[in-house]
Amino acid sequence: MSDSTNRFGLLAEFDTPAETMVAAAKVRDAGFKRWDVYTPYPVHGMDAAMGLGNSRVGWFTFCLGCTGFTLGMLMIWYMNAYNYPITVGGKPNFSPMSSFPVCYEMTILFGAFGSLGGMLFLNRLPRWYHPLFNSDRFKLVTHDKFYICIESSDPKYNDAETRGLLQAAGSRHIEEVRE
Amino acid sequence: MSSDAPSIEIPLPPKELQREPLVLHHRPLGWISNQIACIAEGPAPKWWWIAFIPSFLIMCVGAAMISYQVSTGVGVWGLMVPVAWAWDITNFVWWIGIGHAGTLISAILCLLRQRWRTSINRAAEAMTIFAVMCAGIFPMFHVGRVWFAYWLFPIPNANGVWPQFRSPLLWDVFAVSTYFTVSLLFWYMGMIPDLATMRDRAKSKLRQIGYGIAALGWTGSNRHWWNYEKAYLLLAGLATPLVLSVHSIVSFDFAVSQVPGWHTTIFPPYFVAGAIFSGFGMVLTLVLPLRAICNLQDVITVRHVELMCKVLLATGSIVGYAYGMEFFIAWYGGNPYELYAFQNRAFGPYWWAYWSMITCNVVSPHFFWFKRFRTNLWFVFAISIVVNIGMWFERFVIIVTSLHRDYLPSNWAYYIPSWVDIWTYIGTMGLFMTFFLLFVRFLPFCNIAEVKVVSEYGDPHHSLGGAKGGH
Repeated sequence: MSDSTNRFGLLAEFDTPAETMVAAAKVRDAGFKRWDVYTPYPVHGMDAAMGLGNSRVGWFTFCLGCTGFTLGMLMIWYMNAYNYPITVGGKPNFSPMSSFPVCYEMTILFGAFGSLGGMLFLNRLPRWYHPLFNSDRFKLVTHDKFYICIESSDPKYNDAETRGLLQAAGSRHIEEVRE
Repeated sequence: MSSDAPSIEIPLPPKELQREPLVLHHRPLGWISNQIACIAEGPAPKWWWIAFIPSFLIMCVGAAMISYQVSTGVGVWGLMVPVAWAWDITNFVWWIGIGHAGTLISAILCLLRQRWRTSINRAAEAMTIFAVMCAGIFPMFHVGRVWFAYWLFPIPNANGVWPQFRSPLLWDVFAVSTYFTVSLLFWYMGMIPDLATMRDRAKSKLRQIGYGIAALGWTGSNRHWWNYEKAYLLLAGLATPLVLSVHSIVSFDFAVSQVPGWHTTIFPPYFVAGAIFSGFGMVLTLVLPLRAICNLQDVITVRHVELMCKVLLATGSIVGYAYGMEFFIAWYGGNPYELYAFQNRAFGPYWWAYWSMITCNVVSPHFFWFKRFRTNLWFVFAISIVVNIGMWFERFVIIVTSLHRDYLPSNWAYYIPSWVDIWTYIGTMGLFMTFFLLFVRFLPFCNIAEVKVVSEYGDPHHSLGGAKGGH
């Protein structure tokens, strides 16, 4: 039992993206929740095979983009119309028209930080330690191998049955990964 | 599907209609990582030193020129009244324009699902960042007292005055600094998976730690890819209006003023097309030698080069059309000052600059109507350089010829650059090449992960990707 306390999960290796996708669909259909596919590049169709919906990054982009636009308008109004009004040729001290280019750029600037920050936040990155890095073979995940890992914390996890499922899905190398 | 279902044969299209694959010779996934990553591994090859040392020395000359300018005053440049914007602003617009192809390749072609962008987008994005750095130098030192350059930004200062937000020059500050920041984010985000590849390949502790920190602990998890791809798409969607707005705003620096030859509404689209034109020229100038030296002909194929030539042809034609339309409106608009400005461009004292521009920008891209020229790589390389010379002349013509004939004929003058002008410009080329060579040496200059996506082994619906009965 001392083994199971620091066990992270079962890591199954695959050689081709097609095999991995078929296997991922099987793991999804078996009802696992705490599992993931690891690939060297984004495999087209894998999100559907894993049963993932739409990513929520867009909300971060949207909210920060709106913030950028509003901040830009407020900043220009405060600086040129409120704190130190600069009157040029009898034109209004604040106009949304002449303020627009700057606010447009700020929308994009904040939106870009929202996209990157949202992606990192949702992925819980940076995280420089991961139990999978304990596996030597897992180094090939950024090279040419594909992996499916089912975590032992999944309620459906059962050492023998899960191993059988991954074997039946076509993996030729399965190893146990520890924390 | 049951095995006894009637098998449906889908015939392949005839050979001439089939597209060439984007990764030639059925290269496997591991080959792609090895071939691209090895450029940044091992001892630096001889060609790298041969390119790096002169670039670095030229950069030092540029630094010396800037030190001289700062310590002595902006008068060491050839600027005078009425030509108070000359080489510096020409170089600024030229460098910014070069940067634009990087964003075009990475963002607009991503939105348009042009899969051929994958092998050139990283180098093009790096080009963008370094080109914008070079561009920023010119207006920064043009202000004369560079230690007050922070007055351009809305930072509280001792005078208690804020920037004047109705000026296009201030819009430019925001546009260019946003452009630099967003390009950097886009470039870095696109590189995270490849930095993980470099981390996993690293042999020395130092490289493991360095690439490891930069890779942020990327595991290639599909739940991560899922958010990552969405964020990448959003960044592409943000960078596309950004790149169009940046050069539009750069053109506002001119178009919003009252100077004949500048005050035209055609400027924003015409500047954007010109920027993409020169940027693709620069991408070809950089990528053609690199693909030959690093043996990446299977990843950056002749088809890639041909497609870039077609973009040059299209944008070059837009630029040519804009030149014609400017002239037409100068005549049709009935404003004698505007017409004079244009006649003076073509037949005045700077006629040589105008006709160099026409030869380089309007004539040279039209060779690319023919496949024979598009596939002759030496010829393409030569034209890519000609295009950038032409685009430099375009900015010179717009800026200098419009200014040197002021409203008061007593002000009229002929602008000649000083040696400091010339060496500062050459120095920024050294800066650009130094940074680009360092990038090639330490970071994967092709997008390893994305090239895998477009390879046959990476396609889950291809028989080489393991699909049963795949095409």
